[in-house]
Amino acid sequence: MKITEQEVRYVAGLANLKLTDAEVARFQADLDGILEHIGKLNEIDTSNVEPMAQVLYDAEETATLRADVPAPPLGDQAALANAPQPGAGYFKVPKVIER
Amino acid sequence: MDIPSLTIARVREGLLSRRFSAAELAAEALRYAQAENPKTNAYLHFSPERALAAAKRVDEQIARGEDPGPLAGVPVAVKDVILTKGVRTTCGSKLLANYIPPYDATAVVRIEQAGGVIVGKTNCDEFAMGSSTENSAFGPVRNPVAPDRVPGGSSGGSAAAVAQGTAVVALGSDTGGSIRQPASFCGVVGVTPTYGRVSRYGLTAFASSLDHIGPFSRSVKDSATLLRVIAGRDPRDSTSADAPVPDYTALLDRNVKGLKLGLPREYLRELMSETGDLLSRGVGVLQSLGCQIREISLPSTNYAIACYYIICTAEASSNLARYDGVRYTFRSEMSDTLSDMYRNTRGEGFGAECKRRIMLGTYVLSAGYYDAYYLKAQKVRALIARDFANAFQEVDAIVAPVSPFPAFKLGEKVDDPLAMYLSDIYTITGDLAGIPCMSVPCGNTAGGLPVGMQILTRHFDETTMFRLADAFEEAQRG
Repeated sequence: MKITEQEVRYVAGLANLKLTDAEVARFQADLDGILEHIGKLNEIDTSNVEPMAQVLYDAEETATLRADVPAPPLGDQAALANAPQPGAGYFKVPKVIER
Repeated sequence: MDIPSLTIARVREGLLSRRFSAAELAAEALRYAQAENPKTNAYLHFSPERALAAAKRVDEQIARGEDPGPLAGVPVAVKDVILTKGVRTTCGSKLLANYIPPYDATAVVRIEQAGGVIVGKTNCDEFAMGSSTENSAFGPVRNPVAPDRVPGGSSGGSAAAVAQGTAVVALGSDTGGSIRQPASFCGVVGVTPTYGRVSRYGLTAFASSLDHIGPFSRSVKDSATLLRVIAGRDPRDSTSADAPVPDYTALLDRNVKGLKLGLPREYLRELMSETGDLLSRGVGVLQSLGCQIREISLPSTNYAIACYYIICTAEASSNLARYDGVRYTFRSEMSDTLSDMYRNTRGEGFGAECKRRIMLGTYVLSAGYYDAYYLKAQKVRALIARDFANAFQEVDAIVAPVSPFPAFKLGEKVDDPLAMYLSDIYTITGDLAGIPCMSVPCGNTAGGLPVGMQILTRHFDETTMFRLADAFEEAQRG
């Protein structure tokens, strides 16, 4: 196996995903097959290749920076309109400190 | 008014000759789309208020003697991953079932400025992750050509709407083939422009280095018209390119004699025979138009799937981190603490394919694996891009299949994610290299299923791609 059940649970924790036991089993099998296929990449020699992070890499790094001029923001009301629990101009969440 | 037979030119002619008003057309197009939608589930919701307001503006412009714009009165469908201010945008996800965007995507703004009338939002795989539109939280889309089959994905709703005739043109998004593959499956034109050609502002991010917005239409010319409207630099997307946008339709000269076309040998091996036969026939048509065909090699093709599914899932796992139950409508009810709320919201909200990709992406980015997977994939991506650069030293365009097979049956591949990923082999390479590519209809199988031919060209050379596709379309018709 390329990936253990324990690793699946660890990764789900990193991703903040609550998974059922059935999902853990399913994703272990799926990820195992996919990682097996991905292992193919080891066949190809990339020792003298620069990684490609973006397509339009010919442009200078500053080419797309805009002038630092303030523009009107979205505004509190619009920004909070889709919040499941807005209140007093903020996003409300359950308690942060666990005891 | 025969809605399914409309083109951009016919709409314009009807409006300017006062045979119908934009408001009449919008009302009729909405009525038709709503009546037809139960057959395919192509639309998730309609936007009548917005459509009628846009149509009214066009009528007022015409009454004042002003030019109403290149998309005047044209009914447009928009994939539901593209934000529309005040009109629900779900991304095909339960998480965003009630999300009302506070702003418009730049492409949407430009369509309405050009006189376009947005009639509704189209169904898609959840967050554009899938190749069949079966991953939508709101039910799959049926292929209008063969209702027991998928329309392809992830932009299956946009492809189906255009094929069904309920919109003249549509916007889709393409990260690994999500425009070209459904265009091929539904028998319409679908275009993935050069990366950076169209602003991604307001396109819900899936894999930012691979995401594109692009057109669907029933003719090459209409996609060319729509692309010109939506293309161009946008200060709100730092990756949008500051490159001149040609008047594509004016350059459709139907003379492709002497164009050098490459046929990549690595793309012809695993084709189903009917798909291969139709492609060969298509290549024959191009030859008869005076194009010179030669075989070329894209040697890194075999590694493209592995490369793509590392990069796209890594980027997706980061982009989807924002759906945490704080800002975007859906929150799990049963959480006492913040960390439980995150986990429960995401566990309940995301569908299986999104979870699978978040898991894979998080895994390949996690400590100890970054170099072996993500960095390696970025290097292989460079090799794939180099393959294309080398090929374009020899040829003006590349001709290739879109998918190894035509539209498959609903449910046929849903339980085998790797098989579904492998079917993206011919489309993901164009996204990885960031070059323009499109699917143009190339005929039907004996069973009546459409098959598309893919055309790929150099960065920012959509002109050659459109010229070739338009000449091919005309020759097929003739």
